[in-house]
Amino acid sequence: MDDATPATAPRGKLSALARLWPFARPYRGLVTLTFGAALLATLAQLALPLVTAAVVDGPIAEGDRSGLLPLLGLALLFGVAEAALFFVRRWAMNRSCLQLERDLRDTLYQRLQRLPVGFHDRWGSGQLLSRATTDMSTIRRFVGFAAVFLVVNLVTCVVVLVLLLATYWPLGVAVAATTVPLTLLGMRWERRYNTESRRVQDQQGELTTDVEEAVQGIRVVKSLGRSGLVFDRYDAKATRLRSLELDKVRTLALLWCLFELHPQLTLAMILVGGSLAVSSGALTVGGLVAFIALFTVLLWPILSLGFLFAFAQETASACDRVGELLDAPLTVTDRPGATPAVVGTPARLRFEGVRFAYPGAAEPVLDGVDLDLRPGETVALVGATGSGKTTLTALVPRLYDVTGGRVTLDGTDVRDLPLAQLRSVVATAFEDATLFSMSVRENLALGRPDAGDDEVAEALRVAQAQFVHELPWGLDTRIGEQGLSLSGGQRQRLALARAVLGRPSVLVLDDPLSALDVHTEALVERALREVLAETTALVVAHRASTVLLADRVALLAGGRITAVGTHSELLAGVPAYRDLLAQDSELTEVTR
Amino acid sequence: MSAPAESWRGVATEDTEELSAGAGVFLWARSRRLLRDLLRPHRRTLWLLLLTLLVQNVAWLAGPLLVGIGIDVAVPALVERSDAWPLVWVAGAMVAAALVDTALRYVFLTRSGRMGQAVLLALRRRVFTHVQRLPLSFHEKYTSGKTVSRLTSDVEALAELLDEGLDSLVTALFSVLTIGVVLMVLDPGLGAVALLGFPALFVVARWFQRHSTAAYRRTRETIAALIVQFTETFGGIRAVQAFRREPRNDELYAALNEDNRRAHHRAFWLIAVFIPAVTLIGNVVTVAVLGIGAWRVIGGGLAVGTLVSFLLYLRRFFDPLQDVAMFYNAYQSATAALEKLSGVLEERPTVPEPSDPVPLPRARGELVLDGVSFGYTDRTVLPELRLTVPAGQTVALVGATGAGKSTLARLVARFYDPVSGEVRLDGVPLHRLSDADLRRAVVMVTQESFLFSGTIADNIAFGRPEATREEVEAAARAIGAHGFIAALPEGYDTDVHRRGGRLSAGQRQLVSFARAFLADPAVLVLDEATSSLDVPSERLVQRALHTLLADRTALIIAHRLSTVEVADRVLVMESGRIVEDGTPADLVGGTGRFAGLHRAWADSLV
Ligand SMILES: Nc1ncnc2c1ncn2[C@@H]1O[C@H](COP(=O)(O)OP(=O)(O)OP(=O)(O)O)[C@@H](O)[C@H]1O
Ligand SMILES: Nc1ncnc2c1ncn2[C@@H]1O[C@H](COP(=O)(O)OP(=O)(O)OP(=O)(O)O)[C@@H](O)[C@H]1O
Ligand SMILES: [Mg+2]
Repeated sequence: MDDATPATAPRGKLSALARLWPFARPYRGLVTLTFGAALLATLAQLALPLVTAAVVDGPIAEGDRSGLLPLLGLALLFGVAEAALFFVRRWAMNRSCLQLERDLRDTLYQRLQRLPVGFHDRWGSGQLLSRATTDMSTIRRFVGFAAVFLVVNLVTCVVVLVLLLATYWPLGVAVAATTVPLTLLGMRWERRYNTESRRVQDQQGELTTDVEEAVQGIRVVKSLGRSGLVFDRYDAKATRLRSLELDKVRTLALLWCLFELHPQLTLAMILVGGSLAVSSGALTVGGLVAFIALFTVLLWPILSLGFLFAFAQETASACDRVGELLDAPLTVTDRPGATPAVVGTPARLRFEGVRFAYPGAAEPVLDGVDLDLRPGETVALVGATGSGKTTLTALVPRLYDVTGGRVTLDGTDVRDLPLAQLRSVVATAFEDATLFSMSVRENLALGRPDAGDDEVAEALRVAQAQFVHELPWGLDTRIGEQGLSLSGGQRQRLALARAVLGRPSVLVLDDPLSALDVHTEALVERALREVLAETTALVVAHRASTVLLADRVALLAGGRITAVGTHSELLAGVPAYRDLLAQDSELTEVTR
Repeated sequence: MSAPAESWRGVATEDTEELSAGAGVFLWARSRRLLRDLLRPHRRTLWLLLLTLLVQNVAWLAGPLLVGIGIDVAVPALVERSDAWPLVWVAGAMVAAALVDTALRYVFLTRSGRMGQAVLLALRRRVFTHVQRLPLSFHEKYTSGKTVSRLTSDVEALAELLDEGLDSLVTALFSVLTIGVVLMVLDPGLGAVALLGFPALFVVARWFQRHSTAAYRRTRETIAALIVQFTETFGGIRAVQAFRREPRNDELYAALNEDNRRAHHRAFWLIAVFIPAVTLIGNVVTVAVLGIGAWRVIGGGLAVGTLVSFLLYLRRFFDPLQDVAMFYNAYQSATAALEKLSGVLEERPTVPEPSDPVPLPRARGELVLDGVSFGYTDRTVLPELRLTVPAGQTVALVGATGAGKSTLARLVARFYDPVSGEVRLDGVPLHRLSDADLRRAVVMVTQESFLFSGTIADNIAFGRPEATREEVEAAARAIGAHGFIAALPEGYDTDVHRRGGRLSAGQRQLVSFARAFLADPAVLVLDEATSSLDVPSERLVQRALHTLLADRTALIIAHRLSTVEVADRVLVMESGRIVEDGTPADLVGGTGRFAGLHRAWADSLV
């Protein structure tokens, strides 16, 4: 199965729960305490019927009131002990299950952050989110509540069964025999329940994706007046979720009823069998009362088993879903034994026969790209829309790995460098300026938290982003989604400032000036030239003005570099290049 | 009361750490109102469910009673008179009761499940629709992550209450009530002893309620914070990885996660005290009943069988009380979630649809901005803007970044209402138009070309959902997107993935352009809609515009002056003011700012 495909068939095994063990291990002391307290509490619970039987057979049978008090004292002791043990169990359970949930969620987040961009391309963010929230809380509730009861109730059943056998074995054996059909039928429905819960969970993820898109794309929705359409889509998914939930409800109801019917029928059987035994003298009336009292202790544990097993199934499929993310291969990682290599500032960047195909795509986007950027050189990358420029730039910081050929920095394959080093020597300004919800300063110093004020000021100057000083709190103004909104050009200049901060060895700029007006663009270009003089830079360009920043221009077409030279050389000698860049003036004639 | 209520209205209280007692009560009442609202349509079902449960409980309760009869009557009959009939009757009755009980339970579970799901669906629909209606200013302030958390994790908190809580509450309350009655009937003296536990239970429940409200409120907030951080990280994962933000994010997330753990810990601690307290009360009462009962049996005032069944019932009396406690816990948690949801629902759409709209079935496209002032915050971005665009005119808007061009465009598309002044379309103020008329007449292509996951065809058809495949393709052809789409492996049916990530930036712009083209509005607002296109693609788009815009009003924001040249009129903006206004030729020939811009641009072409 493709590692990055969200839709996965349910595996439907309780064994998926075993995944939780490594996370539970650090808290095994607390877990043991939880189980211990739960078992003891159950035993304390058993004391009451036993004391009752003793009261019936002892003081009542003998009419001895003085014998009553010690027995009542005992019962009270057990009653208080039960409550105290409940408290201990809940306390220990809360600690362990909440810590387990926290650890698991941290691990998931950390893992997801390190999964390659290619993974994130394919996964709907809602699926990720629903796994980090809904599935996590399912797991937490299971660990903190159901798991204990599952074990305790099973143990209770066994213990009580043993006691029943000890009290009067023929009837005990009969009770044991009734569990066989219960188990068989129960297992069938449990399996069905597992499949159904998996469907529900996946649908919840789908729904979350829809919510997220509807909220994040609210401008598009509003500007086209399509809230009706978006609602219909959401509604279709929500309605489907409801019908999947209802399937689950029906199966759960069946299970529940099965486990509710069983003890009641068994009780009738016990009454009949026990009465016969009493009439034949094999059992005393007190014995029968004790037998029945013991069995009623089982009513709730048996009844709850149906639900608890169902919960276990649901948790197993939640574990599967989380496991799918934890198991997704980290394809972009440090090679074993990768050691920092010497990378000069500026560095030499070479693409050697680079091939790249997106996962699942038949045709490669890049099919043998050869390009050599000498240290300190600036090369403009020009190509038609969708020709693969962004893809090529993403290969340098290894957001994707090449599928053939190699990219080298000062002769070292980028895959042989530790990721941390690689990404600290390469800085990128993406075509969509991503800013995070933090202060302007933090946004700028994202890759270089140690940057000094003068470096920040310098970067702001290069990007002509002095407007930040006029923000309400200057550089400390919080921007991004949770902060102040900026205009498109303001965002782009901050993203540029972020990339040039600290003068990286290799600078990758993807269409960095597209949102700037001509005036600002000219100012930025002038300032940027100083930076470009000292670093190796690959600049994706759509406009002639940007191309002029570069020493040489490379034309990307058909997945290869088809021409390299200065702007004027290419303009003169390469018709394809002329088509791409020089027709601004011709256009004027066309449209006039 | 109105002044404080106003400051607690909507989502205003969300960031307040410590709530005053008044605000707490206000929020609590508000969330219960929402719950009542949601349950109102299901009153009949609720009654039906209660009835089912009543009968079911009687059947379920028959068990112990029958066992008691069995021991007191059937066993002696069998032992002393070898008469098996009483035993057969009793056992038969037990089986019958069990079957009735089970059948009714099935009915109850499925019906209540259906009701719960209906409530959730209604809530989802209601919140979703409302969120869609809320203005952009709300979304910008509230952030998408928080909205997502409201629509997911908060709704699920209610789901928990509905699928587990309602069931256990009703069953438990019924058991408690009916068993209470049975106990009183069986033996009023012992019954009175059992009821003595109630005052103690009440005290414990009050204590729990007082503390858990705040505790659960906090958990809803911490989980929302987690979701916000999560969506933001993975929305910008490229930047996160390229700038090695992972370790710092790990720390931030771990801190939020720990906050969340603490918040839950506090809430769970309260239950850890509450539930054992209920158990303790139950056990003490049981021991008291056993003692007093046995005392009386010895004195001959009570039959052994009666005592035994009394004790059996007592067990069934207190076990469900723990369920009630658990329900109470789920209820508190759901109330906290509903509090947040009702807050969002209470937010007023500040850019509302008029209740009596002026119909405008076919707009001509004359735009007037009459003394329009606007600012996002206290700072005014557009001061007193006046502008008239006759129907059919193509206006280009240029100027430095941050000058307020996008802001003006957003006002024309009524993303916001001006602080003062009016925007009019064909003489009708925008706020007097129905949403359908307005959106049919005015369409804006925004700076960020957001695509939805789904196929390319779906995305283009977003502009006009009823469009046929041919029309979709025609729109794509007209703006020159057909070529690349046809080259994709599945053509128009290619899934573009989350936010259109499967496409290049330019391709995304083409698709969103095609989307607007297909919508075919009277007024088209383009906010840097071609900034990521290569020159030939841009030229194709311009050709399309040239035909499209022939009889349409258009407001084009662009930095590349090539785009401007299709315009009839150019406006130069600076700090929210229009500083130049004229035809491109006039302005180019003049000595103003635009002439300067144009010269600079012409030089840049080389
Ligand atoms: N995540 C992806 N999965 C599959 N195909 C993709 C993905 N991202 C891009 N592509 C395809 O790869 C090709 C190259 O895309 P890329 O973003 O590199 O183009 P580009 O040259 O940067 O274009 P633009 O000038 O529009 O930014 C496009 O045809 C696009 O459809
Ligand atoms: N949603 C918002 N909330 C608060 N302030 C905003 C918001 N959007 C823009 N601003 C501010 O309003 C001013 C005008 O922004 P606007 O987006 O209209 O500029 P613009 O002329 O379109 O610039 P650009 O060419 O860079 O897109 C800027 O100072 C910007 O920071
Ligand atoms: Mg690109």
